[in-house]
Amino acid sequence: MRRLRPKSYVGWLVVPALSILLALLVASILIIASGLVGPEKKVNLLLPLVAYRSLLVGSFGSFKGIANMIVAATPLMLTGLAVGVGLKAGLFNIGATGQVLMGGFTAALIGVSVADAPPMVAIPVALLGGMLAGAVAGFIPGFLKAFTGAHEVVTTIMLNAFIQLMVSGLVNDVFRAPGFSFARTAPVGNAILAGAGNTTLHIGVIFAILCIPLTYWLLWRTTVGFEIRAVGANPTAALYAGMKPRRMIILTMSLCGAFAGLAGAIEILRLGYYPAVFGTSIGFDGITVALLGQANPIGIMLSALLLGAMRAGAPLMQIQARVPVEIIDVIQGVILIFLAAEIVVRRIFRLRTARGAGELQTITRTYGEKVVG
Amino acid sequence: MSVAQSPPPRLQMRGITKRYPGVVANNQIDLDVKAGEIHALLGENGAGKTTLMNILFGLARPDEGEILLDGQPVQITDPADAIARGIGMVHQHFMLIPVLTVAENILLGAETMANSIFLDRSEARRRIIELGKRFGFEIDPDARVETLSVGWQQRVEILKALYRQAQILVLDEPTAVLTPQETVEIFAVLRRLAAEGQSIIFISHKLYEVLEIADRITVIRHGEVVGTRQPSQTNEDDLAALMVGREIQLAVERGTSHPAEPILTLENLTVRSDRGQEAVRGVSLTVRAGEILGIAGVAGNGQDELVEAITGLRHSHGGTISLAGENITGWSVRDRREHGLGYVPGDRQKFGLILEFPISDNLVLTRYYNRPFARGIQRVDPAIEKWAQEKIKEFDIRTPSWAVPAGTLSGGNQQKVIVAREFSRDLQLMILDQPTRGLDVGSIEFIHKQAVRKRDAGTGILLVSAELDEILELADRIAVMYRGKIVALMDGRPTANKEEIGLLMATGGRVPAEGSPTEPSGQAGATPDTSVRGETS
Amino acid sequence: MDVLFNIPILGFILQFLVYLVNVIVNGHITPIILGLATPIALGALCGVLNERSGVVNIGIEGMMLFSAYVAFMVALLVHQAFPAERSSLFGATPALIAGVVAAIAAGVLISLLHAWLSISVRADQIISGTIINITALGLTSYLNRLIKPFDSAGTFQSFKPPAELVNLPGVGWIFEMFTAVGPIAMSVIVLVIIIQILLFRSRWGLRTRAVGEHPKAVDTVGINVIRLRYRNVLLGGVFAGLAGAYLTLEATGSFQNNMTAGRGFIALAAMIFGRWTPVGAFGGALIFMGSQAIGVAIRLAPPAGDLGTFLAGIQQAYPSIYNNFFTGLPYLLTIIVLAGVVGRSIPPAADGKPYEKESST
Repeated sequence: MRRLRPKSYVGWLVVPALSILLALLVASILIIASGLVGPEKKVNLLLPLVAYRSLLVGSFGSFKGIANMIVAATPLMLTGLAVGVGLKAGLFNIGATGQVLMGGFTAALIGVSVADAPPMVAIPVALLGGMLAGAVAGFIPGFLKAFTGAHEVVTTIMLNAFIQLMVSGLVNDVFRAPGFSFARTAPVGNAILAGAGNTTLHIGVIFAILCIPLTYWLLWRTTVGFEIRAVGANPTAALYAGMKPRRMIILTMSLCGAFAGLAGAIEILRLGYYPAVFGTSIGFDGITVALLGQANPIGIMLSALLLGAMRAGAPLMQIQARVPVEIIDVIQGVILIFLAAEIVVRRIFRLRTARGAGELQTITRTYGEKVVG
Repeated sequence: MSVAQSPPPRLQMRGITKRYPGVVANNQIDLDVKAGEIHALLGENGAGKTTLMNILFGLARPDEGEILLDGQPVQITDPADAIARGIGMVHQHFMLIPVLTVAENILLGAETMANSIFLDRSEARRRIIELGKRFGFEIDPDARVETLSVGWQQRVEILKALYRQAQILVLDEPTAVLTPQETVEIFAVLRRLAAEGQSIIFISHKLYEVLEIADRITVIRHGEVVGTRQPSQTNEDDLAALMVGREIQLAVERGTSHPAEPILTLENLTVRSDRGQEAVRGVSLTVRAGEILGIAGVAGNGQDELVEAITGLRHSHGGTISLAGENITGWSVRDRREHGLGYVPGDRQKFGLILEFPISDNLVLTRYYNRPFARGIQRVDPAIEKWAQEKIKEFDIRTPSWAVPAGTLSGGNQQKVIVAREFSRDLQLMILDQPTRGLDVGSIEFIHKQAVRKRDAGTGILLVSAELDEILELADRIAVMYRGKIVALMDGRPTANKEEIGLLMATGGRVPAEGSPTEPSGQAGATPDTSVRGETS
Repeated sequence: MDVLFNIPILGFILQFLVYLVNVIVNGHITPIILGLATPIALGALCGVLNERSGVVNIGIEGMMLFSAYVAFMVALLVHQAFPAERSSLFGATPALIAGVVAAIAAGVLISLLHAWLSISVRADQIISGTIINITALGLTSYLNRLIKPFDSAGTFQSFKPPAELVNLPGVGWIFEMFTAVGPIAMSVIVLVIIIQILLFRSRWGLRTRAVGEHPKAVDTVGINVIRLRYRNVLLGGVFAGLAGAYLTLEATGSFQNNMTAGRGFIALAAMIFGRWTPVGAFGGALIFMGSQAIGVAIRLAPPAGDLGTFLAGIQQAYPSIYNNFFTGLPYLLTIIVLAGVVGRSIPPAADGKPYEKESST
């Protein structure tokens, strides 16, 4: 029922869009500065435009480009959900990275064992395994938060680091496939997510996109989703009304972990193996996607596409404009700063302050408290 | 021979007007207070008394009007300025920091320094003890405020103002949290202060207190002064009429109750607090269907833990709880609700509502998973909408639509949402915890009427309230709780005696040691048990 | 005793304890422990100042990282422009000192951003801190890629205490810990003690503690809550900056992407463990990072007996896991400690709640 959602679409798009604009402006300054320090050592005021153009061309300029953008956006949608659904429950899941690694690693191992099965079987099994592994990685901080009050912001970051180290060690010592010049697992054979035609589009894209309406349905149409949101908004009132906040926290964190695990599984199955050092930014990018998308499934999808476009186009930008790809990380950060300071954004553009602004629940509230019930 | 000019009153507020969006909080208010006078400001919740005092204390600026101290017009810019000018305020909700000591709380902002960096704690200690002695009590400056009883915390608040040499003391609803006994004590302190030349402004909505303590009474209604009286010239009815502007029923018609079988039975219930101490110590109690049982007691004597144990929010550590014949000890909150338990919690915004959610969601907060509001895990939105519209009409909840967030409602309407939700079921037992705190007279009347109606329909009602008057008004039977035990059980009005109950609330039936500051009520200690336990009939 | 050592698990525990005591007292690793604990302790001091005033600061990690980068680059530039002889005091050069000053300034600058977002804009403080982390990581990685460092200003050198002091039986290791280290590490214990005393005995300390518990009460006695919080958050930035300077100018002589590696978060755990007191946080830092130092010691000078053989065996079979485990030990410990301690360690009551002056009716 449309009427149960009190805000209009346009309303919540405005601030994120403007934040992006402002961030690109700020990044332009850095890009011009990079021209100064780069090989030509001159101030090229048009450099930002060159850079942004190649960014666009890289992602929208060709069918291949668009395909690349979608493929890059796919895991981001999932990690965005991994963070966003958590936010709805009042949890800040910055452990997406660790959950991604667990998911990818497990998918690789399963892929190796089902390497000879038909793809129709191998792929779903490997993906499922990745999801479950991610769910376990999410369960741990969820359980700790629910029963000891340890805030997930710290425990998930610690887990990220620890998982990274342990998985890397496992690949090096136990699961290393012989015959390769660097440490990696064996090929996953039929579990590989191959590109369709001569693009990089793969079947995992469909799974990821399906998660968006699924999440929407879960959060706003089901009793479970109602409980998740209630616990996020006011856990004490939820408790008094007969809900069980602890159960919801554990459930939500596990679900978030599953999303992230799926993202990791997809990325690894695309690659075909798990390298000992799997440097991926999708876990962290998920935070930006979730915050930019205001923890809303549609918003997350759009933000994922945006960020995917940037990541897909960045290599071309680095070649053509000589701007390091890391500028995307900077842009992300600045977008978030403007988002957080949305009051400032509104003042710059003379927008009315929305009543009850901000879909983002405050998560700082639960910082030092123990969870009851 | 020239007429000797009498000195101007210590405080004059003239023509004070303050507007907020949508409401005129103060409209051309005149007030004057002499030195050595106790001047009461009387009005119901929301009349504008607190706004006026906030202006005096520099927490708000008037749109029109002026303030004169000893005849000189002044501009009070902020609390620091007010304090410097000798105005001290004791707020309704104490501005004390629980984890700090008495001395630290008093020093804050008026620090006595040994040098430019470090505090001079011994000098501060000395001054505080001396100040306390001057006004008749002994205080331990190193006690942590959280260990003090409410009455003693209030004394610390007063000391805070006196330490800064306040000459005008404003007390905002000072007796709201005190027992009748403590009220008597604090009145004695106030009279001593006035005798020493302090001007005291006493804000209250309690008619009989104001008549007792004040030298002059100014009544405020809807932001305007409607009259100034001397206690000898007026009485409660006159003041009440002034306060509300119409003849009000000072008490709801309770009628006779027809109690039937026991609906809630507590047997030897023991519950521990968060700190691990026994907050409820072997309580046995019965509430019958069709009666209202009121639990009177100073906050902190175990009532919270008792209610939490009955509702299932807290584990009990001994004894049993039975609801409608079933032993529900150990049942979950939801199961108890399903079995016929309703609960209106004490803090509507923290415990009763999710302010960000629409009113409709709040109305089904306890039943969203049942038919017709959900089929399996899928919610049925049209059913929820329809129900919401019905309830809004039935309970006269003032709101533009069922879809707006509950946080946009006024306090009274928020409470109505909770009441609508909880009362709209066939219940065996309803627990009401401070149901009318902070509400205007109209809402209070409404809720009291609902409670009586529910009782007459056969529900048993357990009423917990810090307002003794509410208990006296509504309860068919009254239990007094002191330090985790029920120390008395009696019939309600007309046989109940307010002073007697007040004494029981404060002392549990024993004579207390004289003026000991850290005898906090509500802390279970190793005291001999000589309390009286009434019979359950 | 030897017999006890042979009982399987109990034996291992005993052997380990004996080894632990031995390696701490005689192994000359205490300066290493202090060195490892230094950025954590400084980060925790930043956290204490923030949170005691009521502002949650998750962004210590980003502040440290950014300051580390600034310290390194400024020192490098100054070193290039004004090469100088190393002085006898900790091997200091103008470049290194300039680096430290710049790092402190950087820490204060980022703290200003966090203060503005948290106090004035009243954004969610955890999100604000996370944003700082993300931005700092992105910015430093970007700049590090852009400007390839071709040289280094070097590092501060450790002080060399007299051998008689270091070798004093029974207590030598304490002296060694606090003297055989560089300047920033040496300053830590001093700073910890100073802040501890000030926090509980000075006017500033009283007001700080009050404003983190009950800002409304503080407001009504006429103290400016906003200004107090701003000042403390900025002061916290000094310590975060110092921590960053330590990483690039005392511990290593270079900057790597994301070199803080979670230290900012371990600092938070140390702060919680220490109940928001400087001394407690310092203790927490020693414990958390001590585990890593013990790990190094075990690898370099393995314990004797069955425990040693057992460990050597694991190291043989799973070298990567073995090494990574010890590297990851502080992270694991942090989780365990947090899980055990939260709920018993209570933060300031108004921690994380932005203060709004209400206009009451």
